[in-house]
Amino acid sequence: MSGIVPARVRPVATLSWLQWIKKNLVTPWYNALLTLLSLALIVGALRGIISWVFVTADWTPVAESLKLFAVGQYPIGEIWRVGVILAMVSFLMGLSWGAWGGTVRTFAVALGAGFIFLALIPIDLYPGNEDSLDLLLRLGFLLNPALIVGGFLLGRLPAIKSRLILILWLLSFVLTIVLLLGLGGSEVLPRVESGLWGGLLLTFLLALVGIVASFPIGVLLALGRQSSLPVLRIFCTLFIEMVRGVPLVTILFMFSIILPLFLPPEIRIDRVLRAMMAMTFFAAAYMAENVRGGLQAISKGQYEAAKAVGLNGFQTMALIVLPQALRAVIPAIVGQFIALFMDTTLAIIVGLVELLAVAKAVLNSNVQWLLLDKEVYLFVAVVFWIFTYSMSYASRRLERALGVGER
Amino acid sequence: MRQQSLPRIFYRRGVPLWRDVVVLQWVAQILSAILVIGFLIFFISNVLSAANARGLGLGYGFLQQAAGFPLPESVLPYDPSRSFGYAFLIGLLHTLRVSVVGIVLTTVVGIIVALARLSTNWLVTKIASTYIEIIRNVPLAVQLFFWYFAVFQQLPSVQESIELPGPIYISQRGLYMIWAEPTETFGLWMVFVATGIILSGILHRVLSRYQIHTGKTTYPVATALVVLVLLPAAGWFLVGANPLAKTVPEFGRFNFVGGLTLTPEFAALLTGLVIYTGAFIAEVVRAGLLAVHKGQFEAARALGLTALQVLRLVVFPQALRVIIPPLISQYLNLTKNSSLALLIGYPDLFFVGKTTINQAGRAVPVFVLVMACYLVISLFTSGFMNIYNRRVRLVER
Repeated sequence: MSGIVPARVRPVATLSWLQWIKKNLVTPWYNALLTLLSLALIVGALRGIISWVFVTADWTPVAESLKLFAVGQYPIGEIWRVGVILAMVSFLMGLSWGAWGGTVRTFAVALGAGFIFLALIPIDLYPGNEDSLDLLLRLGFLLNPALIVGGFLLGRLPAIKSRLILILWLLSFVLTIVLLLGLGGSEVLPRVESGLWGGLLLTFLLALVGIVASFPIGVLLALGRQSSLPVLRIFCTLFIEMVRGVPLVTILFMFSIILPLFLPPEIRIDRVLRAMMAMTFFAAAYMAENVRGGLQAISKGQYEAAKAVGLNGFQTMALIVLPQALRAVIPAIVGQFIALFMDTTLAIIVGLVELLAVAKAVLNSNVQWLLLDKEVYLFVAVVFWIFTYSMSYASRRLERALGVGER
Repeated sequence: MRQQSLPRIFYRRGVPLWRDVVVLQWVAQILSAILVIGFLIFFISNVLSAANARGLGLGYGFLQQAAGFPLPESVLPYDPSRSFGYAFLIGLLHTLRVSVVGIVLTTVVGIIVALARLSTNWLVTKIASTYIEIIRNVPLAVQLFFWYFAVFQQLPSVQESIELPGPIYISQRGLYMIWAEPTETFGLWMVFVATGIILSGILHRVLSRYQIHTGKTTYPVATALVVLVLLPAAGWFLVGANPLAKTVPEFGRFNFVGGLTLTPEFAALLTGLVIYTGAFIAEVVRAGLLAVHKGQFEAARALGLTALQVLRLVVFPQALRVIIPPLISQYLNLTKNSSLALLIGYPDLFFVGKTTINQAGRAVPVFVLVMACYLVISLFTSGFMNIYNRRVRLVER
């Protein structure tokens, strides 16, 4: 059998740049017209934007409130805790990159580049303070890329197992909360009330807690919805559909106003925690639908093979079905995290001071800034855009690397 | 048979109860039901005791009391002496108004952007994808704040309002535009319009069936269109006086009088929702059009169909099948996102609900009502769209 002809790929036509312009911009005649119109639009918009950004706009409210935008009212003496958390995340990101390779690389590189950008940004980071603090902060930012590289080198050692990294990630999550909250009565880590958390810190925290806590609930709900037990299935389906049928603001509001009525008067839950519970509640329903998508993608043969090998129902789920299903839905979960990250802005309705609320507060804090809404809200939009765009870009790379949708 | 050391009651068909699948499943179901119902009872009893302690019932009787709060705008005549129930109804109407108008406009925006994204012109494609990538990655709440506080609130004052052809006047107080107002003969004219729509639908169906069965050209689309235009046009002249009268905004003593008024809150909410959802719909439409295999175009052209026929008969029916399910969820998202109206002070369902809670303090009943309204809207929309979806779905042999 030597007659197999190797498959050949159709040669790609290479165009010279003149041909390219002709093909994509000029012919037929209406294309040329569209090109002209688009050019006019682009030039006009760019000119307007550039002259506004560099000449007309007044960026003082943003430049003078960078700390508020970053961490809200978090006491300035305790900000080092946020630095420790960032260092931890950088190191773990490097470690994961070293151990798992290419798929995490985009995230790690983006993170490192972000820190280098922050370290070199030509703005006074501590307005009204000595320059030494500013320098210290910049050095702190520069430490993170070094930690990523260090983690990367360490992660390549064969002794570092995937399971260890996962455990470290979970530990870092718990440690983050402990560090931020502090311990009551402690000298080194005095308690910082959650009411003082704010800005980007709170935005990230709400989204992270929401996605991490909703994960196990979502998996259970998805399994319940697929279950053969009618009572369980009805409860899970009802929960999922009801939560998905109402806006997030109503759920946030429910947890902020109705939950205290539902509980006996002795139990008082902190406002930030209530918002986190609402985010979790909301995210769990969507997570369940994502996981269900993964579960449905598992072929029947997998169940039958597991049964044939002698696994019981629980083992089949835990060892055969869930690992495959969850791997298939990783991109969807990243997408959900991005959506949740953006949805945290709604916490402004229940009085939390996340990024958007900081913007509003900054505008109201100084009479001279009253008409600078454009600058401040655009700044917030750009901050969100940078995070969500880089996350969705990385997630697209991840999707390609996992090969989801190609099988 | 295995030796049974326990009394017979612990076994069913020789299997101990704690290993019997059927028994275990029943136990699991009963336990979960007890757990869920127990939680509900716990919550409800707490609510009842809290409500009793404050002297507030859980009934809906308060809906008939006077609301006592003003609404910034209203589609129906409203003043604070009207009841809570009436205010609530207005909130619901406001939500429906912004959702319906928004859905129509955002579909148009989405389709235009999707077509631009698929254009052969490189620049147009780039502009469309820039729009999509910017809008989809910035939270809607930030965009709404931007539209309301940075754009609509900073427009010139009424005296110096921007005039656009139409005439349309744009100022801090909102948007005033020329509009058509129904007169007494409007009802009669609507009869003509309705007849035209129904008749053209029937004609289209009958004629296209006839064409399919006999192979004779019957021009179903053209005939239906002619009927659709002719009947209302004939009605316009037959009913006597014009059924619609032009109303133009004119500057009175302090503000514009006449024409259609859109408050800045409504305009900002609508702009934000339309532009935000449009970016998502553009991606949905693009994916749908790309899902139609290239061979389908080529095969249809090879059969001799015209370009328009290819789109109408081959591409759209197949693309719609892919587009409709995600489109439904985008429409629902728009409706649910309209609850962000609270942020900028447009009195929608959620706004009125929250104000009622502040005013009357009956959080639980008001809340159940608000959530029920959103659920009903969601179920109704998805039900309606699912019926449509079933009609266009691929009928497999």
